[in-house]
Amino acid sequence: MENYPLLVAAIKIVIVFLVLSGVVAYMVLAERKVLAFMQARLGPMRVGPWGLFQPAADGLKLLLKEDIIPAGADKFVFLIAPVISVVAAFTVFAVIPYGPSSALIITDLNVGLLFVVAVSSLGIYGIILGGWASNSHYPLLGSLRSAAQLVSYEIPAGMAIVGVLLVSNSLSLVKIVEAQQSSGLWNFFLQPLGFLIFLIAAVAETNRNPFDLPEAESELTAGFHTEYSGFRFALYFMAEYTSMVLVSALAVVLFWGGWLRPFASVAALDFLNYLPPVSLLMIAGVVFFFARRNPVPAEKWFLVAVAAGSAVLAGVVAVPVVMTAVQPIFWFTAKVFALLYAFIWYRATFPRYRYDQLMNVGWRWLIPLALGNLIATACVLWWAGPNPGRLKLFFAMLAANLAVAIVVALLVGWRSPTAAAVEKQTGS
Amino acid sequence: MLAQSVFLILAVVALSSGVMVITRRNPVHSVIWLIVTLFSVGGIFLLQYAQFLFAVQIILYVGGIMVLYLFVIMLIRVETVAKQAPYSRQWAIGLGAVLVLACELMYGVYTGVESFHLGTPSRPPVDMNNTEAVAGVLYNNYMLPVEIASLLLLVAMVGAVLMAKKRFE
Repeated sequence: MENYPLLVAAIKIVIVFLVLSGVVAYMVLAERKVLAFMQARLGPMRVGPWGLFQPAADGLKLLLKEDIIPAGADKFVFLIAPVISVVAAFTVFAVIPYGPSSALIITDLNVGLLFVVAVSSLGIYGIILGGWASNSHYPLLGSLRSAAQLVSYEIPAGMAIVGVLLVSNSLSLVKIVEAQQSSGLWNFFLQPLGFLIFLIAAVAETNRNPFDLPEAESELTAGFHTEYSGFRFALYFMAEYTSMVLVSALAVVLFWGGWLRPFASVAALDFLNYLPPVSLLMIAGVVFFFARRNPVPAEKWFLVAVAAGSAVLAGVVAVPVVMTAVQPIFWFTAKVFALLYAFIWYRATFPRYRYDQLMNVGWRWLIPLALGNLIATACVLWWAGPNPGRLKLFFAMLAANLAVAIVVALLVGWRSPTAAAVEKQTGS
Repeated sequence: MLAQSVFLILAVVALSSGVMVITRRNPVHSVIWLIVTLFSVGGIFLLQYAQFLFAVQIILYVGGIMVLYLFVIMLIRVETVAKQAPYSRQWAIGLGAVLVLACELMYGVYTGVESFHLGTPSRPPVDMNNTEAVAGVLYNNYMLPVEIASLLLLVAMVGAVLMAKKRFE
């Protein structure tokens, strides 16, 4: 296999692409289901048991729908814009490390972090050009909002990433995880403020609630993709969900220790290593429980088969050799899914920001916080010197983060106009 | 051999998209071609093992500055701009510039390959990657120019904010 590096890379890329497409398709279903449960509804129930085949039906529908190009549209730009969005979102996954072994890493760039920032910032072109090329009012306004929002929130996100870079001392994503492994502390514990900033900026950059102003349906119909239909709309949809998975994977790699088990250095928690087979068994149990209550025979047997399949898989995973092998990929996936769930959770929880509130959060709060965090991190690292103790570094960083948060809150809060003044100014 | 052919492809793409930038009537199309140019120049950086420069080229120029260009261009009336004849007033200056550039190039070709030689770049230490090497040069050898440049940029930024604010109030 060593003789064909390109072939191996191509195979890995195809696998990642297929898995990712599956995750994205089921992410849509999961979002509809979770939102439904949070609102005491059932969500999709028609296609397959609990609507499990809904993604396939949706995909087929979008493929077969007519692809409309508006009469006044700039045809070439209109056609290419959604492709830019999707390509930018998928390309970044080439540098994400899924595990420590070289089989689980497509490529380890020594400027990996910069590559991530560079390529993910290209997705904005899909949105701007798509909105402009539609030659229609709502898409143009949506894409203008989007451009302003993405440019604003890229700055705090970038600065939060620089904090991680200072702590881990490398731009390679593999080395960043390895640094967290050797220091025994996830970057989350050294950069809690940085994580918070990155998370908020990530939600804003993926145009998700509560930052989904570019597609605020009550104001802009559907924002930048109003004129898109059929498969091109599906591409935009895919790009949005792929970038959700992307920022979750990035947050996991940068702050949550990538493929590492939680508290990997604590021997008392070694029983967590048994979680992969146990969780598969639990899935089997839950599916079997619901299968018994399902009235449709075909669906019932399908669910029983799924339950039996997961039980068998649990047995395979329980073999010690396999269990060690699946550890990294299991923990990576589990953490990414936890963050993806949080994305859906935000959507059910937070109301959308108004435009001035969005700009306020970005420029008045996140950027000063990120700047302060950067300076404080650099100062603490300089004070602690090379190879500081784990606890010393943790407490010093915690104190610095708290100090930055308090100082910025005082400074910004003091200078911020009151709600009454804003209302007077905006006339709302 | 491979590197050379990749370079040739990138150079041809960079130059032809550069020509497209100035010949398109629609400013948005010009911006798209300019992005293609910047990308291929980034590729040439990568070919020279300057990964840091490549990444910064994409982040700053493609991801930042061109987005702002588009932002501004989208707000002007593209139809009226497309109907105007560009460079009709500056053609004399343009011709002069082209003549000067052509003379320089001819002189370079006349003196031979040696005149293009810029001196061999010093190789960075093996244990140091590209980013660290750039940082070392910037912050050890050229500390003062970097600080002056960043101060200038800061002043420009504050000035722009101040001007915008004055007009707003």
